[in-house]
Amino acid sequence: MSSTDISLNKDVHHAHDEHDHHHDQNFFEKYIFSQDHKVIAKQFLFAGIFWGFVGGFLSIIFRLQLGWPEATFTFLEPILGNWIVNGKLDPEFYLALVTMHGTIMVFFVLTAGLSGTFSNFLIPLQIGARDMASGFMNMLSFWIFFLASVIMFISLFIETGPAGGGWTVYPPLSALPQAISGSAMGMTLWLVSMALFIVSQLLGGVNYITTVINLRTKGMSMTKLPLTIWAFFLTAILGLLSFPVLFSAALLLIFDRSFGTSFYLSDIYIAGEALAHTGGSAILFQHLFWFLGHPEVYIVILPTFGIVSEVIATNSRKPIFGYRAMIGSMLGISLLSFVVWAHHMFVTGMNPFLGSVFMFLTLIIAVPSAVKVFNWLATLWRGNIRFTTAMMFAIAFVSLFISGGLTGIILGNSALDIQLHDTYFVIAHFHLVMGAAAFFGMFCGIYHWFPKMFGRMMDEKLGFVHFWLTFLSAYLVFMPMHYIGIAGFPRRYYSWTGFDAFNTFTDLNSFISIAAIMGFAAQLIFLFNFIYSIFKGRRATANPWHSNTLEWTTPVNPGHGNWPGEIPTVYRWPYDYSKPGAAEDYIPQNVPFSQTQSSNLPYERDLE
Amino acid sequence: MITFAIGLSIVLLLVILFLLFRIGTLASIFRGSTQRAVGTTKTSNKVNSLLLLLFLIGGGAAFAWSFADSWENMNQPLASVHGAWTDSLFWTTMIVIGIVFVITQILLFWYSYKYQHKDDKRAYYYPHNNKIEIIWTMIPAVVMALLVFAGWKTWANITSAAPADAVVVEVMGKQFSWLVRYPGADGKLGEASVNFIDATNEMGVNFSDPNAMDDFMPREIHVPKGKPVLLKIRSRDVIHSVFLPHFRVKMDAVPGMPTKFWFVPTKTTAEMRSETGNSEFNYEVACTEICGRGHFAMRFILVVDEPEEYEEWLASQTPFIEQNPQLLTKFTHDSKDQVVLEKSAEEVKTEL
Repeated sequence: MSSTDISLNKDVHHAHDEHDHHHDQNFFEKYIFSQDHKVIAKQFLFAGIFWGFVGGFLSIIFRLQLGWPEATFTFLEPILGNWIVNGKLDPEFYLALVTMHGTIMVFFVLTAGLSGTFSNFLIPLQIGARDMASGFMNMLSFWIFFLASVIMFISLFIETGPAGGGWTVYPPLSALPQAISGSAMGMTLWLVSMALFIVSQLLGGVNYITTVINLRTKGMSMTKLPLTIWAFFLTAILGLLSFPVLFSAALLLIFDRSFGTSFYLSDIYIAGEALAHTGGSAILFQHLFWFLGHPEVYIVILPTFGIVSEVIATNSRKPIFGYRAMIGSMLGISLLSFVVWAHHMFVTGMNPFLGSVFMFLTLIIAVPSAVKVFNWLATLWRGNIRFTTAMMFAIAFVSLFISGGLTGIILGNSALDIQLHDTYFVIAHFHLVMGAAAFFGMFCGIYHWFPKMFGRMMDEKLGFVHFWLTFLSAYLVFMPMHYIGIAGFPRRYYSWTGFDAFNTFTDLNSFISIAAIMGFAAQLIFLFNFIYSIFKGRRATANPWHSNTLEWTTPVNPGHGNWPGEIPTVYRWPYDYSKPGAAEDYIPQNVPFSQTQSSNLPYERDLE
Repeated sequence: MITFAIGLSIVLLLVILFLLFRIGTLASIFRGSTQRAVGTTKTSNKVNSLLLLLFLIGGGAAFAWSFADSWENMNQPLASVHGAWTDSLFWTTMIVIGIVFVITQILLFWYSYKYQHKDDKRAYYYPHNNKIEIIWTMIPAVVMALLVFAGWKTWANITSAAPADAVVVEVMGKQFSWLVRYPGADGKLGEASVNFIDATNEMGVNFSDPNAMDDFMPREIHVPKGKPVLLKIRSRDVIHSVFLPHFRVKMDAVPGMPTKFWFVPTKTTAEMRSETGNSEFNYEVACTEICGRGHFAMRFILVVDEPEEYEEWLASQTPFIEQNPQLLTKFTHDSKDQVVLEKSAEEVKTEL
């Protein structure tokens, strides 16, 4: 194993040396069609932030409708045009808003923006590689994602509106333009964009996996990898196995929509005529969709597990508690994530026996998740905590993950899901556990690795203001949604006032909307801090957080190839913080045991 | 003019904020706090750890208060037998996760406060402890096992086959309303197919089928109290979902795949009106699967009667075909033959 590593590294290094001789990349090669993983990571980050603001803005518009259902919104006419009819938001556009909010946040921000940024940036830097296994494929991955983004963005502006059948695009609603106007051109663009998006994810994923397996520096065994790399590695495997299934689901939907097949359609009478489609199964799509869809939520949350573990260990100045248990629980979660998809379908009329099997498998996931939470708590215990902005986001991540994760135990129980399915309880659950928590993990990563990305520090004070406003509004928005959900308020409702049963909680809904607007406004502080610090932030040192991992052994602004000289060799695991007997409270991974005799544990004495 | 003034004041506000931010940055450089390792400055550590503790206390109090305040609105009145099982399982699970929630959140924020950075301290090097890790893997595993068993039992009871004497009601979703059909005196629903749907025969009933002749389609659902009710659910266009919040009933209506759900109502509409003190109270049917523009408006009324009232109501209904005899002309001999061909396939589907 190690011998292969060495020879591969030599190859890469060799290629790099040659490259150095004619170092005359033009602007396009360097910043636009770059094959450097760090530039591609930044491209994904900028795209992710852009999409985050778009997705957030859409949610503010529909929160206005939900908070003040009786109000008129003529003031939105300048931006929404004909979607405001007589001062009222068009109900189909409302559905398009929630659909696009979901699609954008789940796929474009928390999948591409998160994995794209941090897997790309950190994998080569933390495992000690010059670059990704294939820089060219990596570049293609971004630009195909860019194309997907452009198409999805265009769909927001077409006359019939963007896709409006929910982000899960269940047919027949998404298959029949007669059913909802968003299923016309908007849905076609959605499908084309998602197909391209999947290609981009696969190109990226293959690269991440190959790089982690083959390009680790000398001494970097799998059990010396930082947890971030384990998380990105497993995320990429999940994506590689599950995205093709979504691709086939989308392809069959394209056939049903455009070529008259009946994979998902049967016995339909709509717009005054009975359709010829027969023999299809609408439930088939749901099975295919959720076979991706459930691993997808772990694709969103796993990278943040890694990021948060790393940041908590670094800033508690303590080794992560139970390193192997952390890896084991991530492996367990990844494996289980493939066999729980039908818990999204308990009330679709699926055989009840399947329901009991999926309930059992779903609730097992609580065990590895609980282990992770306990380990994070144990890492904080008796630490010497430095409250950097990243650390604040990491602590808040754990809090949000607990709050959102626990209600999963209720929803995973098929008997309880009957009443709660498709209500605001579900909205509250997944927004806390994979929405807010994943966003907090992403912010945590941005604040933590900003100095390595841009050579400058983000402003800490502004970071704290951003953090506190965001943390407060995350809870103020999503906690009350549990109450509304227990009362049975269905999701994707334009207004609840038509029902006697749902005619309560109007004040609470206005309150949630106000909190959401506050949370969105707080992100402008982040945006300012981010852009300002890229150009004017305080200059960073090479290792500002006193961290152990390899990326901090590079120069302040690592160039193409990451390390100017030889790639450092790794001797120890990444979590030797506050080791008794050591001079400093951290020992970087590239420090050999021979140099740290005073702090070596008994079994480490004879190691290199 | 006003827009201009608002725009100008926003710009001025931003400029002021920016200046404050610059002054703050410069002041921190003069104070020398930038010389220390990030995250070890005294004030920001103190402020942040204290705020975390305040967040725990204030947030906990706000949560407790708002939960108590919303308690009345949160609990929809309950009117079915299995609803009592799921409600009690729900609140039992809530207590279990509530305990975990309180303990872990307290530890998280308390540790963050207690172990804030101090210059003279060093963190405790404590990489793992297998014993404690096995214990805290086993505890959630055992708790989950108990919850799974409780869930299985409830789920199996709810989804068991409906009793043979159940009152059968067919519910069909369409954009954007519900259609309802009762089997009539013979207790058998006539066949149906999308091919028979027209403006009058909205459910696509095949009136050449003798079983269909006494089927009737009321404007409200009526069911007797204390008797099992079997909903046979289907859709004629997109997926809908039948949701009866007071009965804890939910089941998707899927085109091409009939579904079912049975339950036993325990309180009549009249009883519920006096219990809630709301003389306008009605049991409602809502749609919970996104189905298009009118998704939020698919309201239908369900009435629970005393068994005698229900029998009276049943007797007062006239079969649909008697109300619309002109429909019979559509079902000539030709279409009957065609129907026979389709019959076998349809039988499989409607047979539940």
